[in-house]
Amino acid sequence: MIRTVARKIYIILIFIFLYAPIATLMILSFNASRTRAKWGGVTLHWYISLFDNREILQALWNTLFIAFISSFIAVVIGTVACIAINYMGKHKRAIVMGITNIPMLNADIVTGISLMLLFISLGIKLGMGTILLAHITFNIPYVILCVMPRMKQLNPSTFEAALDLGASPAYAFFKVVFPDILPGVLSGFLMAFTMSLDDFIITHFTKGAGVDTLSTKIYTEVKKGIKPEMYALSTIIFVTVLLLLFLINKAPKEKLD
Amino acid sequence: MRCAKAKMTTRRLLFLPQKAAGIDLRKITYIPEVFEMNKELINLVDISKSFDGEMVLDELNLNIHENEFLTLLGPSGCGKTTTLRILGGFVSPDKGRVVFDGKDITNLPPNKRQLNTVFQKYALFSHMNIAENIAFGLKIKNKPKSYIDDKIKYALKLVNLEGFEKRMPDSLSGGQQQRIAIARAIVNEPKVLLLDEPLGALDLKLRQDMQYELIRLKNELGITFIYVTHDQEEALTMSDTIVVMNQGYIQQIGTPETIYNEPENAFVADFIGDSNIIDAVMLEDKLVSILGTKFRCVDTGFGRNKPVDVVIRPEDVELVAPETGIIQGTVTHLIFKGVHYEMEVTANGFEWLVHSTGMFPVGAEVGIKVDPFNIQIMNKPASEDEEAAAIEE
Repeated sequence: MIRTVARKIYIILIFIFLYAPIATLMILSFNASRTRAKWGGVTLHWYISLFDNREILQALWNTLFIAFISSFIAVVIGTVACIAINYMGKHKRAIVMGITNIPMLNADIVTGISLMLLFISLGIKLGMGTILLAHITFNIPYVILCVMPRMKQLNPSTFEAALDLGASPAYAFFKVVFPDILPGVLSGFLMAFTMSLDDFIITHFTKGAGVDTLSTKIYTEVKKGIKPEMYALSTIIFVTVLLLLFLINKAPKEKLD
Repeated sequence: MRCAKAKMTTRRLLFLPQKAAGIDLRKITYIPEVFEMNKELINLVDISKSFDGEMVLDELNLNIHENEFLTLLGPSGCGKTTTLRILGGFVSPDKGRVVFDGKDITNLPPNKRQLNTVFQKYALFSHMNIAENIAFGLKIKNKPKSYIDDKIKYALKLVNLEGFEKRMPDSLSGGQQQRIAIARAIVNEPKVLLLDEPLGALDLKLRQDMQYELIRLKNELGITFIYVTHDQEEALTMSDTIVVMNQGYIQQIGTPETIYNEPENAFVADFIGDSNIIDAVMLEDKLVSILGTKFRCVDTGFGRNKPVDVVIRPEDVELVAPETGIIQGTVTHLIFKGVHYEMEVTANGFEWLVHSTGMFPVGAEVGIKVDPFNIQIMNKPASEDEEAAAIEE
């Protein structure tokens, strides 16, 4: 009896520890009072003024644009890479998979700084283009991570069977192979989208002046002094990412039925 | 090996093995007519292929005829599947040519070839229903819808799965899926159907049923079947011609009867059915010394005092009273197998495997007799290399 109660208390404590900061943020985003110290009643004022702010809307647009385009391109490159990796011998495959996994484990700040140095040394002007390139780069491993297991489950004979029945290699891929790996491709896309959406460090180093995504915008705003609008914005980002993560976990199961 | 290979490359399927010339023709009960009537459809010319430096096929030559049921038979790694994949266009040979109906198709991709394949693991398209699976090839060829619908009906009827149009592949049993795979291939009216161990994943009973089904299909369609298997019984049941392969070389080509009754070397004898393979010396024409005892046989042309291998099938060893046998021995093992008894008899230092409907108890003294006609003489392997190839399996 005491043990079960203790267990419950323990888990509740863990959840409080994990989610208290976010809960505080979300609650404060609805606080009518300007200061954090006192509660002035519930309001949607900060959310409304957020969407009146031209700069923030621009940052939102940039974020979505980069997230969408970079994950789309990463999905194409990653999927094609998976096809090639799948046809490699055991030994080669292990090496290539190891190499693709390294960027995921690498510290963001190292990735960010090295990308910035690379762009500068190549004489590429920092801006939207470089953010996009950087996001595509760090998204590819996540796509490969999601697509590869699907690829391995694939019966290698189905592609050959399609060729055998007269299909061109491209037709055979889109008609026969792609539908089978689609769940993996979709979750790869969502994963890449999420990663891109909440990235701050790499974007910070590759963005150049005058271009902002939501995360970098929040950072600059917070430096100037915290406005309650930022609570509202952070809440929106948190909820969006939460929804996306939910979708990632949900998508493959639905496809299997 | 070199000498044996040269013999194989010059041999034409049209003729019976040279050795048969000296044999009583009553023994050859069945010579398929197709060999004489039908023209050659596929020629594999000097095909060589290696993977990662390992030779899989070495200058393979094979002619396949129209309307022939040809089986490539051999242990795993013998090159039979590679041969089939070269025919299908999934593997390109390092050397040599594939000639189809007089045209060189060596470099033609699979989707441009007039043959279809049935794969070992069915390879049905899991997100399409049965009708869509069967229609796949026809849609690519832009056939009209009514034509496609008729073809689907016809094909499903042919494989005894009428009414399965709307089912999904996952909901079918292994045997049903394999029949759909066959239907999907044959609606394209290929001249040749390639089958890569199609019954390998099925259980014994189903496999036997499917063997008859395949023979019926082949006869109804009137096309060439090229079948790959490691199961000798499957090969003997279905084939017009069996090509026994080992280590990238063709060991023997012939009808099931020739392969079984007149294996050309110890490998073939050992791989097809049970057999007693015994060291022997050919004393002169029609006389062979087996384990020191002289036996009459019917083979000629081996020369005098030449070491040979002798094959005697267990069902051809007759057990009689000791005094009437050519040699005498003792029964050491006895197993009841249903149709026959399986016995082991030790005689002249050799364990003779005997299949017989008559039974002798363990310990019984028996005489062994063999009809001269049932003694098959084979040349010894030409080199150690070939011997190694024959024994390793």
